[in-house]
Amino acid sequence: MSYEVVIGLEIHVQLLTASKMFCACAVRFGAPPNTLTCPVCLGLPGSLPVLNRRAVALGLRTALALGCTVHPVSRFHRKNYYYPDLPKNYQITQYEYKVHPPLATDGTLALDPDGGPAVRIRRVHLEEDTGRLVHQEQDGRVVASLIDYNRSGIPLMEIVTEPDLRSPVDARRFLSRLRAVLQTIEVSSGRLEEGTLRCDANISLRAAGGDLGTRTEVKNMNSLRSVERALAFEADRQERLLASGGRVVQETRHWDERRSVTFASRFKEEAQDYRYFPEPDLVPIAIDAGVLDAARAALPELPDAKRRRYMERFGLSAYDAEQVTSSASVAAFFEAVVALYPQPKVVSNWLTGDVAAFLNAAAKELEDLPVTPGHLAELLQLVDGGTISGRTAKEVLAEMLAGGERPAAIVQRSGLRQISDAAELAAAVDETIAAQPGPAADYRAGKQQALTFLVGQVMRKTQGRANPELVNRLLKERLSS
Amino acid sequence: VVRACLDRIESLDGGIHAFLLVDGDRAMDAARQWDGAYARGESVPPLAGLPVAVKDIICTRGMPTTCGSRLLDGWIPPYDATAVSRLRGAGAILIGKTNLDEFAMGSSTENSAYGPSHNPWDLTRVPGGSSGGSAAAVAAGMVPLALGTDTGGSIRQPAGFTGIVGLKPTYGRVSRYGLVPFASSLDQIGPLAGFVADAALLLQVIAGRDPLDSTSADIPVPDYTAALAAGAAGLRIGIVAEAFGEGLDREVRTAVEEAAAQLAAAGAVLEDVSLPAIEYALPTYYLLATSEASSNLARYDGVRYGLRAPSDTIDEMYTRTRAAGFGSEVKRRIMLGTYALSAGYYEGFFLKAQRVRTLVREDFLRALERVDLVLMPVTPTVAFPIGEKVNDPLAMYLADVYTIPVNLAGLPGISVPCGFSHGLPIGLQLIGRPFDEATVLRAAHAYEQMTEWHLRKPPMILDSLR
Repeated sequence: MSYEVVIGLEIHVQLLTASKMFCACAVRFGAPPNTLTCPVCLGLPGSLPVLNRRAVALGLRTALALGCTVHPVSRFHRKNYYYPDLPKNYQITQYEYKVHPPLATDGTLALDPDGGPAVRIRRVHLEEDTGRLVHQEQDGRVVASLIDYNRSGIPLMEIVTEPDLRSPVDARRFLSRLRAVLQTIEVSSGRLEEGTLRCDANISLRAAGGDLGTRTEVKNMNSLRSVERALAFEADRQERLLASGGRVVQETRHWDERRSVTFASRFKEEAQDYRYFPEPDLVPIAIDAGVLDAARAALPELPDAKRRRYMERFGLSAYDAEQVTSSASVAAFFEAVVALYPQPKVVSNWLTGDVAAFLNAAAKELEDLPVTPGHLAELLQLVDGGTISGRTAKEVLAEMLAGGERPAAIVQRSGLRQISDAAELAAAVDETIAAQPGPAADYRAGKQQALTFLVGQVMRKTQGRANPELVNRLLKERLSS
Repeated sequence: VVRACLDRIESLDGGIHAFLLVDGDRAMDAARQWDGAYARGESVPPLAGLPVAVKDIICTRGMPTTCGSRLLDGWIPPYDATAVSRLRGAGAILIGKTNLDEFAMGSSTENSAYGPSHNPWDLTRVPGGSSGGSAAAVAAGMVPLALGTDTGGSIRQPAGFTGIVGLKPTYGRVSRYGLVPFASSLDQIGPLAGFVADAALLLQVIAGRDPLDSTSADIPVPDYTAALAAGAAGLRIGIVAEAFGEGLDREVRTAVEEAAAQLAAAGAVLEDVSLPAIEYALPTYYLLATSEASSNLARYDGVRYGLRAPSDTIDEMYTRTRAAGFGSEVKRRIMLGTYALSAGYYEGFFLKAQRVRTLVREDFLRALERVDLVLMPVTPTVAFPIGEKVNDPLAMYLADVYTIPVNLAGLPGISVPCGFSHGLPIGLQLIGRPFDEATVLRAAHAYEQMTEWHLRKPPMILDSLR
């Protein structure tokens, strides 16, 4: 029996605001615990929330970018539950009641920009983040739990999809595309690794044409890659379970990156009754047509439009255009480099190749690095001008990305300049021929491969700095004379 | 003035127990500063040097705020409520914090974890509640002014029971920032005073938009004192038919009807109005207020502040802390509200109550299209004996039957003394249009000027002065 995988995502987006959702405390990372707090985000008796206008504007922008229906009046609700990281023991969020809907509903985001069904967005709503528990352990057991409320009240936007995704690969692709949108409209930094973008997934299997199966909720996926891996594991686990006559239990499962498995929460889950009701401390959010039109007009070019433009104007392949526009910072960088060095395909190759590999390995975004578009343009010009070889350029790039130094300076400092002067290379060529009489004789006897070997030897002698074409020519000259 | 207040508190509060905390030293320091300012002929703010007592559910920076609960015993807020900071800004001297029913839940001040307050007119009787401490303090002459809070009648009912003036402003007129919430959509801070003019003065200072409270209204605050002089002539006053039926004490009824007649004699035009939905106000209130309370009081869990009962697990800590910290009325209301919000009951209880609330408001607003003010008794009876209703919650809830509809409708309402029954004060309630406190105060002032009820003093005060 074959099963179809059914996946829906719940994405929590930390909004790029200067202050928290309901108070003036700063949103900042790495501050000492509980220093970014006030009576409001600590939930002290008598304190009251006041809505952050910018958070609403960012939510609105997202709703428009995802083609949602924005509700002219929406309300906040209280979600009641007890947990120590929740200072009021209720979270201010937006529930989905017919009479007072969340900020926006019913949007879409295409999975494949060239066609195919789009993924439906069920809703976009605003809420506040909780604090963070820090467990102190001694000999493997928790001896104390400390709470840091710096995160309490940080503005979050929740985006919920319909269960329209059909594979872990699609889930990853969707999330990547959503992230690019959020970055492009400057709503979120979109970092899964740092938790500014968090993705939970509901996943179930169903027999072809059958009803939806029992779903599990997978949490703790901290990168695009782990979303794909965790869901692949979970789909496989559910399939084996069903194949062996077992049944899937509805539960929350956590992804363990190190062990590459999902595991069920230790605590037995009870069906929670959150007792939602309208938040009486806040007035409804009213969005009139004027505000909506202004927000729509202010939307920047979205990734799909950008992708089309890159294909048409710069002649990038569909794949390259998708890659370059998958991150707002990469796309912006790309355009800046192209302005200085007008060979879009070369720039795209470098960005999607070496630069992307470096970012992946370092788990960083391009904007975290000290490198500027000017540096990359300069590097490419050095290659074109024959100052350095393509191979050397890769080494220089690695240094540039890590240290932020200008490529010309790196070349100068490290003596990486390509040797393109025949006189300078003559000695190395002669020494190599003298040291390798066998291959030299082979070449003279007509074995072409021997020349390749000799070129390699010269390159080695010069630590790769020799211009390989020149070496080739010099060797041929010497060996045929 | 501060010295006189402190002396009066010293001599009388042993029997009345209006105060939970008296901050005599700081009050005297502040008084001396204002004396200096007066002596130097400096211009001073409107309440300069006037002692004000504050209900102990309104946050005062650096001064304990208990909410009448064991749970917040010793908790000192790091900030002032907006009403308090405005009082300080106007030169008022915070003389102390007054007793109340725990978290403002009650009608007699008997639900205070720190013991009941007593009515200055008869120490065996309740002063009303939940702002009973503030009312008793003003009635006994310990302070000229006090702040109370009113969720279902908690300013007007104790004002009525103790023969003083108490005003609940329109919802949104006074910032709730720093008022520890019982029911956020109903709570309002308001003045208690010996005279209508004093209540107007105090309202003037605390009213107005506050950026820290989203539900505070951005509507201009008129000059309340200037509005007082206009008199009762020409005012149209609606007599609420439903409020003079079964359950109303005969002498209270007579006093309120006579008050209406006096207003008519002064030129007001009386009309009969009908508010059919107020019949359902009491159960509606006890669903909505308790629902909000169940959520508002969830934060008292022992994690961050207040009482914490030692326990091995977090769930045990929650349970023990709340079991030990809350009194029985608070627990009763939390349970009721939790139930009303629960899955399967939300539609039938909470949402239905919301709809009835809308009907009550519409009844009032319809009546107030025809008349300027609506007139009712404040309470069905005069102050009852301490202990009489403490084990009968339903009987206790009925003490607020005429005040609760006004909170549901969000309207301004005042209680002014209008007579006595067996030596105990009776209150007259006047209710106005949204944000029209000026007309409410004007009519109350006109009535006060025609009568002498407000000039009577409790016998114990006269005794103490002898």
